[in-house]
Amino acid sequence: MQNSRTTEDVAHGIRCRVFEHSMRNNGGYLSQACSAAEQLAFLYNEALNLGPSTMPLVPPPFGGVPSAANHDYRTGAGYNGPFDAVHDRLFIAPAHYALVAYACLIEVGRMAPEGLEMFNQDGSSVEMIGAEHSPGMEVHNGTLGIGLSTGAGLAWGRKRRGETGEVCVYMSDGEVQEGQTWEAVQAAAHHGIDNLWALMDVNRQQCDGAMDSVMTVGDIATKFRNFGAVVAEVDAHDLTALRQAKATPHEGQPLIVLAHSSPTKGMEFLMKRFPRLHYVRFKSDEERREMNIAIAAELGIAPVDLGGH
Amino acid sequence: MEMVNRPYAKAFEDYAVQHPEVLCLSADLTSSCEIDGFRDRHPDQFLSLGMAEQNMLSFAGGLGLAGFRPFLHSFGVFLYRRPYDQLMASIAYPRRQVRLMGFLPGITTPGGMTHQAIEDISVMRTIPNMTVLEAGDATEVESIVAAADSVDGPVYCRILRGAVPRLFDTPLEIGKIRVLAEGTDVLVITAGITTEEAIRARAALDRAGVSVRHLHLNTLKPFDAATIIGHAEQVKHGVITLENHLVTGGIGSMVAEALAEAGLSRRLIRLGLQDTYAHGGSRPYLMRYYGMDALSLVRAVERLTGQQTGIDEDALGAVRVEAVHSVVKAEAL
Repeated sequence: MQNSRTTEDVAHGIRCRVFEHSMRNNGGYLSQACSAAEQLAFLYNEALNLGPSTMPLVPPPFGGVPSAANHDYRTGAGYNGPFDAVHDRLFIAPAHYALVAYACLIEVGRMAPEGLEMFNQDGSSVEMIGAEHSPGMEVHNGTLGIGLSTGAGLAWGRKRRGETGEVCVYMSDGEVQEGQTWEAVQAAAHHGIDNLWALMDVNRQQCDGAMDSVMTVGDIATKFRNFGAVVAEVDAHDLTALRQAKATPHEGQPLIVLAHSSPTKGMEFLMKRFPRLHYVRFKSDEERREMNIAIAAELGIAPVDLGGH
Repeated sequence: MEMVNRPYAKAFEDYAVQHPEVLCLSADLTSSCEIDGFRDRHPDQFLSLGMAEQNMLSFAGGLGLAGFRPFLHSFGVFLYRRPYDQLMASIAYPRRQVRLMGFLPGITTPGGMTHQAIEDISVMRTIPNMTVLEAGDATEVESIVAAADSVDGPVYCRILRGAVPRLFDTPLEIGKIRVLAEGTDVLVITAGITTEEAIRARAALDRAGVSVRHLHLNTLKPFDAATIIGHAEQVKHGVITLENHLVTGGIGSMVAEALAEAGLSRRLIRLGLQDTYAHGGSRPYLMRYYGMDALSLVRAVERLTGQQTGIDEDALGAVRVEAVHSVVKAEAL
């Protein structure tokens, strides 16, 4: 399903929406919006073959966890379209990118703007760390490193069934610190799972700060190649490059697209906080006001009305 | 006693070839889990995932999402200790129809601490959505494959391998406790390899005039507390659990919880590993050393009844000793 808006426009909309939300709520995953806006816009707006959403525009409240007795249980995958043989499936492995993903769902018309008001509210399915029942989510990925393995299993199964739809895993570069990521690539390469591809946000940031200061990971492209993947490296904010990377042939092997991003792209004012960018919360009202004015100017929008918040 | 060689190998193959949505997954313990023949004869239904259990668990979750029912074969410990988080997120929470076939339960291996699943019942029964089964003889090993695959959700099974005695002539039915004796003095509850020990003890106890009621469990979750209580009410002196597991969190704990919740006052003796790891050794040696064998059960009965039976090792049936190196086992583990 193609959105009528340009991918650049969707990406800009994601940044604006996450910025406004974070301003109003005194904090949020702002940096992830900066690094990931083009990538998520690219996935939803053009790269993935998704059918129309099967879920209501306004997300239903939390409907309970899976159990034999819970017949109302459903995942949030319906926001990405129906499960059928031809359409792609998407796992968002870094579940703390949920705020950015929800903003993207709104920008591409799969969720109502009111959905974001339910973010991290008690009783809501629009959870802070995207859960299995949250809009756009199909499986739990709250612990990093499990997404690519699950994607590989699903992709193997879909291939066995003759389905043409692919499986895409949206990843973060911090996940290469987890051993499971390497187990997953190894298995996908060994079993020739080539209907699997991953787009990785290489922003070189993690919870404790810059990755190089927390745990050096070296040349991840070479490491992925040595584990059997086809790797493409691009500027994450260059949509033409992302399109070319997605088109990289990878017969018999999984494709990993390393999207090198800036954690402050579009909101350079955030560099004042570097390298503590994982979750931006304002230290004072003055900082909040200052950031509101400066970043709004960068985004080309009016500052957020903070009255009453 | 009839001994059956490699009952799992034949049972799994017979079942899986009839069910193409069943997949056979292995983490480099293929012959050790008796699926080497299946791998060779049915390579299209077999997936090697290598020594990478964390990936195997999440990968299996993905296969479940695609509508397959993977059977994961490894030693029990490797299915939950290292990949516990993956077990939770990728299999248990979403109720994937993944069948975890755990070999070497408890002290059934000289492999020592790293190979002995001594807290698996305790761990698995606390996981929401999980079903826990345990095979006690060759017939139950043969029938556990179809039983596990009938569950709408994930299942963990404690499997016996190699030369396995045949104690029962009816298949394992999930949730159905086997009543092996209906005595009135003490209630003995066993599962897995401890049932054979209790049968050895029972014969001598009968001769000594102790009337034993003996239950064999193969379904550890869901746990049929009501039936246990019904039997506990029928005995004079109390209840003894004997398990191939730590007494904490396992069958001993489950029975204690059932008695307490029912408000039934009965003394309870829990035999099994008492807050300890085990070391490597033969099964009879380890069962004697850790107080899990027939003679330990007899002594517990004496404590419960206050009556000396005069039973010694000579009065018990001979211990069945398995060869450490056997053609029916891939290695001495």
